[in-house]
Amino acid sequence: MIEMQDVWKTYPDGSHALRGVSVLIERNEFVYLVGPSGAGKSTFMKLIYREEVPTKGQISVNGFNIGKLKPRKIPYIRRNIGVVFQDFRLLPKMTVYENVAFAMEVIEAPKRIIRKRVMEVLELVGLKGKANSLPAQLSGGEQQRVAIARAIVNNPAVIVADEPTGNLDPETSWGIMNLLEEINFRGATIVMATHNKEIVNTLRKRVIAIENGVIVRDEPRGEYGYEI
Amino acid sequence: MRFSTLLRHLREGALSLARNGWMSFASVSSIAISLFILGVFLLLSLNVNNLTKQIENQVQIRVFLDLDISQAKIEAIGRSIGALSEVSRIRFVPKAEGLEMLRKNLGEDGRDILEDYDDTNNPLPDTYTVEVVDPERIAEVAAKIKAIGDADPEQPIRSVRYGQGTVELLFRVTNAVRNIGLIIVLGLAFTATLLISNTIRLTIFARRREIGIMKLVGATNSFIRWPFFIEGALIGFIGSAVTTALLLAAYNWLVQSMQVEFGLMMIRLVTVRESGLLVGGALIGLGTAIGILGSSLSIRKYLKV
Repeated sequence: MIEMQDVWKTYPDGSHALRGVSVLIERNEFVYLVGPSGAGKSTFMKLIYREEVPTKGQISVNGFNIGKLKPRKIPYIRRNIGVVFQDFRLLPKMTVYENVAFAMEVIEAPKRIIRKRVMEVLELVGLKGKANSLPAQLSGGEQQRVAIARAIVNNPAVIVADEPTGNLDPETSWGIMNLLEEINFRGATIVMATHNKEIVNTLRKRVIAIENGVIVRDEPRGEYGYEI
Repeated sequence: MRFSTLLRHLREGALSLARNGWMSFASVSSIAISLFILGVFLLLSLNVNNLTKQIENQVQIRVFLDLDISQAKIEAIGRSIGALSEVSRIRFVPKAEGLEMLRKNLGEDGRDILEDYDDTNNPLPDTYTVEVVDPERIAEVAAKIKAIGDADPEQPIRSVRYGQGTVELLFRVTNAVRNIGLIIVLGLAFTATLLISNTIRLTIFARRREIGIMKLVGATNSFIRWPFFIEGALIGFIGSAVTTALLLAAYNWLVQSMQVEFGLMMIRLVTVRESGLLVGGALIGLGTAIGILGSSLSIRKYLKV
């Protein structure tokens, strides 16, 4: 599903975010990305959804060579990748329903289908009753659920989550993890950067550890491996 | 594009126009002012053109004959001139009629000067007035008439005159009006473009979160750009429509109320009915184009999609 071959990323300021990363993530895998802050986790994820392009090397997602993609084609690739952030990034003036529907409207899905699909997804994340609330009226965990609903509403094959539980208390975090597991169970490939030792060590999945832009560890059913 | 998508873009564009409040107002006003001045020059230019045409049509060649030539010679000269293909009309003005006209033109002041003259000692020559088919070639025709006289051993034509320079002067005035207008309008259009571009920049800034999410979930670039184009076009359209309405109303009032004054000067103003479509079309078309240009500048510069 996601394949990197000797990927380097050097930012204009000269910092090497990634230095020769090669990795293969299969369809329907659930991968934790761990490592100290500034190790290159975010760059790794940005490369997947083509926010950044590699300085050297090749990345393919879902069979498309992302680095060589014509700018015109980028939107169509992104429709197959859902992104979730630590800070939710909801639109404050839109209701829960509108925030999720927005992701379908801007890719010009028909209205009738939008209504049905959005309600479906809100039910999945457990927020059907809050469709008309504004983000500010929701708890952090609920806001993250809305963000996840928005990420999956277009049925992407890959979900990229950058510290999705970073702003949440432990109990709420587990709720989000259950949701991500459910989405993974339904067929999506999930790449999740995290600093949450408890989650990684309890809900055991493949762990890829990055330090100084290099993969230092890649274990199926691995452990977090860092002291907090 | 789906119809519902088009509606969405229109709604989004109009919404940001309203949301940008004073900035939109400034852009709309700047468009309106620039185009108002353009409109004034356009109307001025139309009228000068029209006037030039009127005067051109009145331009005649006057052929002064020698004082002591025979009646037969006079008629022969007339036939020769009339035979030229460039000549549309030729009229004989006997010296008596010439004296009469001179008296009329000079009025009170001329009475003393012409007091002593009558049919017996009329100092004026007989003349032909000649109208030409194409006023722009009047100099050429005058030369041909002169050549007819020169070819005759009696030298029956004393001189050939026409409004040398008048037509050329009018053309020069028209061009000057047009050029000055163009320079002013270009400068103002440039300012208006920058103002609109700045307004759109504000919109882009205000919507950067939304734009970020649109990109993330895979909205196409054109989908993201459309509302900004529409906002720019709306600014241009509204500004130019306001200007067109005001300008034509004011001009109509001018034409109506000054008809008599200008009529006395033998000037007929171009009416709104004749010029409205041209002026309105030009102003609204240009205004909308400036709006789109202004927004494209900002979209290109600030909307990295």
